[in-house]
Amino acid sequence: MLGYALRRVLSAIPIALIAVSVCFFILRLAPGGPFDGERALPPLVLANLRAHYSLDQPLVVQYFIYIWRLLHGDLGPSMVIEGFSVSRLIAIGFPFTLTLALTAFVIATAIGLLAGMVAAVNQNKWPDYVLVLAVMIGVIIPNFLMAALLQLWFGVHLGWFPAGGWVTGSWMHLVLPVTVLAWPHAARISRLMRGSMIEILGTNYVRTARSKGLGERLVLARHAIKPALIPVVSYLGPGLSYLLTGSLAVEQIFGLPGIGKYFVTAALNRDYGIVLGTTILYMFIILALNLIVDLVYAWLDPKVRYR
Amino acid sequence: MKITQVLKAATTAGVVALLMSSSAYAVTLQMHNGGDPGSIDPHKVSGDWENRVVGDYLEGLVTEDPEAAPIPGQAESWEISDDGLVYTFHLRDGIQWTDGTPVTADDFVFAFQRLMDPATASEYAYLQYPIKNAEAINSGEITDFSQLGVKAVDEKTVEITLEAPTPFFLDALTHYTAYPVPKHLIEEVGDAWTDMDNIVANGPYKIVEWLPGSYVRSEKNADYYDAENVQIDEVFYHVLEDQTAALNRYRAGEFDILTDLPSDQYQWLQDNLPGEAHVEPFLGVYYYVLNQEKPPLDDVRIREALSISVLRDVIGPDVLGTGELPAYGWVPPGTGNYVENAYDPEWATLPYEDRVARAVELMTEAGYGPDNPLNLQLRYNTNDNHQRIAVAIAAMWEPLGVNVELFNSETAVHYDALRAGDFQVGRAGWLLDYNDPSNTLDLLKTGISQGDGTNWGNNYGRYSNEEFDALMDQAATEQDLVARGEILADAEEIAMDEFAAIPIYWYVSKNVVKPYIEGFVDNAKDIHRTRWLTKSE
Repeated sequence: MLGYALRRVLSAIPIALIAVSVCFFILRLAPGGPFDGERALPPLVLANLRAHYSLDQPLVVQYFIYIWRLLHGDLGPSMVIEGFSVSRLIAIGFPFTLTLALTAFVIATAIGLLAGMVAAVNQNKWPDYVLVLAVMIGVIIPNFLMAALLQLWFGVHLGWFPAGGWVTGSWMHLVLPVTVLAWPHAARISRLMRGSMIEILGTNYVRTARSKGLGERLVLARHAIKPALIPVVSYLGPGLSYLLTGSLAVEQIFGLPGIGKYFVTAALNRDYGIVLGTTILYMFIILALNLIVDLVYAWLDPKVRYR
Repeated sequence: MKITQVLKAATTAGVVALLMSSSAYAVTLQMHNGGDPGSIDPHKVSGDWENRVVGDYLEGLVTEDPEAAPIPGQAESWEISDDGLVYTFHLRDGIQWTDGTPVTADDFVFAFQRLMDPATASEYAYLQYPIKNAEAINSGEITDFSQLGVKAVDEKTVEITLEAPTPFFLDALTHYTAYPVPKHLIEEVGDAWTDMDNIVANGPYKIVEWLPGSYVRSEKNADYYDAENVQIDEVFYHVLEDQTAALNRYRAGEFDILTDLPSDQYQWLQDNLPGEAHVEPFLGVYYYVLNQEKPPLDDVRIREALSISVLRDVIGPDVLGTGELPAYGWVPPGTGNYVENAYDPEWATLPYEDRVARAVELMTEAGYGPDNPLNLQLRYNTNDNHQRIAVAIAAMWEPLGVNVELFNSETAVHYDALRAGDFQVGRAGWLLDYNDPSNTLDLLKTGISQGDGTNWGNNYGRYSNEEFDALMDQAATEQDLVARGEILADAEEIAMDEFAAIPIYWYVSKNVVKPYIEGFVDNAKDIHRTRWLTKSE
């Protein structure tokens, strides 16, 4: 298994390089540049800015400059946020985005699994219907609308939680953003769990377990839950990366200092450094998550073997 | 018994102390500031959200009063020579940076040289081009910075020499491009002087924390010469571009001032929070540029038809909902050094049906009509309001036999296309950098030939008229303000009679201010420095 993990890590290197290269060149194909604002810059100023960021070099040269820096762990400067290197912006914003996403992930996964099981066991009874309704709400309402609604109800009308902003160390400020992020995630997990659980509960080995006189709780705990988790686990990796990248709207509406928004605003501003930096970061996260998920399979399903 | 009494007394004392400390301590202003500052270096910023932060921690020779008119800042007085060319500023006694170093004339000389240094690549350096040799240095023609018209006569005296008399120069000096920067610090740490570990201030506030994406926090500068009259102890400039979310947080009491509001909530605000929304004329024009370099818009008849058939009265009140005033000319009402209502075309007063009839006639003359429709592409940068206006105007042009194809793109792509001349009709807007008509009229000057082409700058439509250019040059050297205003008004008339562009509405500033905030005075520049505000709660 160690050998397998090692091979996976090594095979990620060419994938990473290809992704960075493709991203680099696609970005440059887009018209407009980081200094195309509403007002024209004097030609000399523009030339100086371009020279400062090596944008006056041929594209291929820029590419090698970027890769060279990258190999030295330098993500370069931001072209739009003066005075902050991309690494520093990520260092400030990423821990926050990670906290937000992980909190939402843990809460949502726990709620989702529990709700899915309860619904499966009580199939077509009221707990099941309540779940379906909650799932529907979570999946149908886009997160920017959900954010605005929660802000209005709990921030403005009820005044239970801050309607936005960030004060270091204040969990109250995280309640609404985490709810917005967690809800759709919990909804998807519970649907997967419910579906796979219902399927497992109908299998022959569960029937065997019941027929040999095991109590329903033991049947669930020993025989049903573990295999039912497999489809859920394969969703957890993409799910977490979705939470990490999907924090954009939440961060913007609640005015939180994460990096989700850079992903989009930097692309619009043609801030090449930040777009590439965040892409690389997310790429590593996704590669790592996929690897972890694959390894977790082995524990869950004896049929999976690594060679 | 005794113990409870002691406990009670202690608790009471504690509570009282807490109350006293919180009342004696920190009056905090929570200001919604919109965008995330790209920088806090006055030579590198360009947005109004950056101006709010920078203008609170740095102060120039001249600063703004509550109405944004120029008043003495770091300079307590000044003299202007009779020919209007030499300004001599006398610095206040005892002014210093927050690290204790005195603010001297050298800091100003250094700041202006750094601003004009092409290597600084300052976007707004051109605002100080009235200064002698500024443009030549900024464009690299002169490399000896000591030739810049800003000199330190002695430690307390700054002398600024201009290229030509400039009536709006004091106003231009209130702009952040004219702020001093700490010479001693920049010589030591370079561009890193704005890092939180290094930064110093000479204004009423000093920046103490910057959390990108969330807020900038400043505290009152006790060393500021007018510190005793500064009421707010601490300011948060919150980053939040989502206007609806900002309004929600304002309603939740988390913001004291909103610097923008969602247009569709304006009516709601007026009904439910009367008096809190401040929608006021703001020096700026929203317009459509017409690409006059190629047919068909090089034909003045078509430009006229397109312009007069735009029913501007419905754009502000109905399409946008915030009551922006219709624009028929090029210089916003309220602009200083100008003739009141200089341009007022007769067609603007005609009934709309007559205007459409006239437009149809012009289109027929130009060879277009229902059988031979004119296909135009209308470009705008992606934004709900721009889209609404584009759709409305496309509908207004339909009766003329004009088929409009709407084309939206993100801001960078949009302006790239406008600059490259790759458009037919394009949306643009201009907010005045200083309160003078030349600031908008300059947009219509013929481009400067450069190498093998012409640099059109911000004149996206490539409007060119020799007579107009000559008047602009003449105005630049005219010293009599009234005569200069009239020359500029003549220039405006020439350009507008030729429909150089289609002005649509005059911008408004949109602030929402809690009733307990005092000292917030509406003004056409929409500048409200925190030092003038008080918060009574």
